Amino acid sequence: MSAVLEVTNIKKNFGGISAVDGVSFDVREGEILGLIGPNGCGKSTLFNCILGQLTPSGGEVKLDGKLVTGLRPSELNKLGVSRTFQLLQVFPKLSVRENLILAGQEHQGNMASRLVGRSDAGLTEAANQMIGFFKLDHLADEPAGGLSYGQQKLLDAAMAFMGGPRLVLLDEPAGGVNPSMLSDLKERLVAINREKNATFVVIEHNMEFVMSLCSRVMVMAEGKVLAMGRPDEVRKNPAVIEAYLGH
Amino acid sequence: MSGFAKPLKIALGLAVIAALIVVPMNFNRYGLFILSQWAVMSIAAMGLNLTLGYAGQVSLAQGAFVGIGAYAAAIMTTHGWPLPAAIVVAIALSFAVGWVLGYPALRVQHHYLAFVTLAFSTLAFLVFRNESWLTGGIYGISNIPRPHIFGIATNKPLPFYYVCLGSLAIVSLAVWWLIRSPWGRAFMALRENPLRAQSLGVDTRRYTLMAFAIGSALGGVAGALYAPLTQYIDPVPFNLSLSLDLLMMVIVGGAGFYFGPFLGAMIAVLLPEWLRFTEGYYLMLYAVAVMLLLIWSPTGILGILDRAMAARRTKAASALRAVAKSRLETVQ
Repeated sequence: MSAVLEVTNIKKNFGGISAVDGVSFDVREGEILGLIGPNGCGKSTLFNCILGQLTPSGGEVKLDGKLVTGLRPSELNKLGVSRTFQLLQVFPKLSVRENLILAGQEHQGNMASRLVGRSDAGLTEAANQMIGFFKLDHLADEPAGGLSYGQQKLLDAAMAFMGGPRLVLLDEPAGGVNPSMLSDLKERLVAINREKNATFVVIEHNMEFVMSLCSRVMVMAEGKVLAMGRPDEVRKNPAVIEAYLGH
Repeated sequence: MSGFAKPLKIALGLAVIAALIVVPMNFNRYGLFILSQWAVMSIAAMGLNLTLGYAGQVSLAQGAFVGIGAYAAAIMTTHGWPLPAAIVVAIALSFAVGWVLGYPALRVQHHYLAFVTLAFSTLAFLVFRNESWLTGGIYGISNIPRPHIFGIATNKPLPFYYVCLGSLAIVSLAVWWLIRSPWGRAFMALRENPLRAQSLGVDTRRYTLMAFAIGSALGGVAGALYAPLTQYIDPVPFNLSLSLDLLMMVIVGGAGFYFGPFLGAMIAVLLPEWLRFTEGYYLMLYAVAVMLLLIWSPTGILGILDRAMAARRTKAASALRAVAKSRLETVQ
């Protein structure tokens, strides 16, 4: 299996604190990679460096072997890299359907065709399918800001898939989602992973969710990679146990 | 506005348009001037509504763009150029300057952006006043001609009112098209959540600059009509207070609502006329009315309507739920 994403020696300093301290790993085509670690260990900062939301202090990111360090988030998204957010990030005043249409529109045509072309660029159909897939049918015309926390999390995930991404970085998709909705979410992630051949990297604190979803798990602590391997290997790793349980 | 049935909305729209064409035929010179001014200010406010209401970028410089358009039209038409050519130049010039003014918005937002645009507004005023070789300085430019459209002279107030109304119609259609296109959606994304927008492939830089440039260009169109309307311009009407007036039109009408600027401009232009009988108290009454409105509804007049519609929908939905619940109970 070839690597979709190769991250080499990424560093990010905030003042004197190094939030990410030389992290290297690669993500294989079609896999679901889990990323775990205690709060503040640099997981989200690592995501933001990979996605161009932060400029890394050092190191490089390659997508399909091509250097993409320093590209803007919108440019990376157009190359097929999408994400979800730890905190709710939807467009509150737009309806659920409009949120999804918006999530797909920049992947079609160019600036000119988006101005003079059809207003939905044929995306309503795709949005409706996504709404059905995530069981948001009864909420399609509601403003996204009026949805419950868990529903907004689902919408956020649905938006990440609208552009047909190859690689999706999910930042705590299970946080604040109730157990029944969570098993729905997992089922859907697995389905998209298999059917669309999308590759995922998932930050998550819910161990059961990570261990059952992911083929490999990477553990971070204090800005460094502590361990990487199959879920059962990682679970037994003494360094990991120490990082999580303390001395 | 979704509470109205569609045929009713169309009928209402046609009635308003017909009234705007027919009723002013009996107006005197002054009435036509006020109504033409309403049309011109609506165009400028629509531009600001695009920048501020839809794209969420604060601008205190819209009045400066009206000035740029007005001076472009005044200088060109007094040198023998036709008005349509002047309008094209006014659009191009204010689009370009608006684009450049958009750059600070890529770095600063909210009140900081307000200050940057305020500084620009002052700068533009100083250019209008001090560069007298071009602008006539404090003496301004007089004898600005009104155009011949398809061979018809528009010197008289009524024909020129139709020029303003026609321009308003064209601009309204263009803006309607724009906000319903993916661009309009991208503008709203800038306002609602730029971080999320970026990660969905929305080129926030380019759309921010476009929101400024297009909004400013409409200010330029308004200015290019304002010059032949008054037939004399000096720097005073284009100082900061015009920018503030336009901002108030957008806020009072309802920022981010399509019909907000029409309503806001109507209030700002016509209310002083209606309150004329109160003599010196007009401004105080106006100020109190605006304060009360914004306390009651920070989203402007159309915000009130929007809330009423939402309340009605909620009521209808809960009535449906109540019916469904009672059915469920009967079954049990």
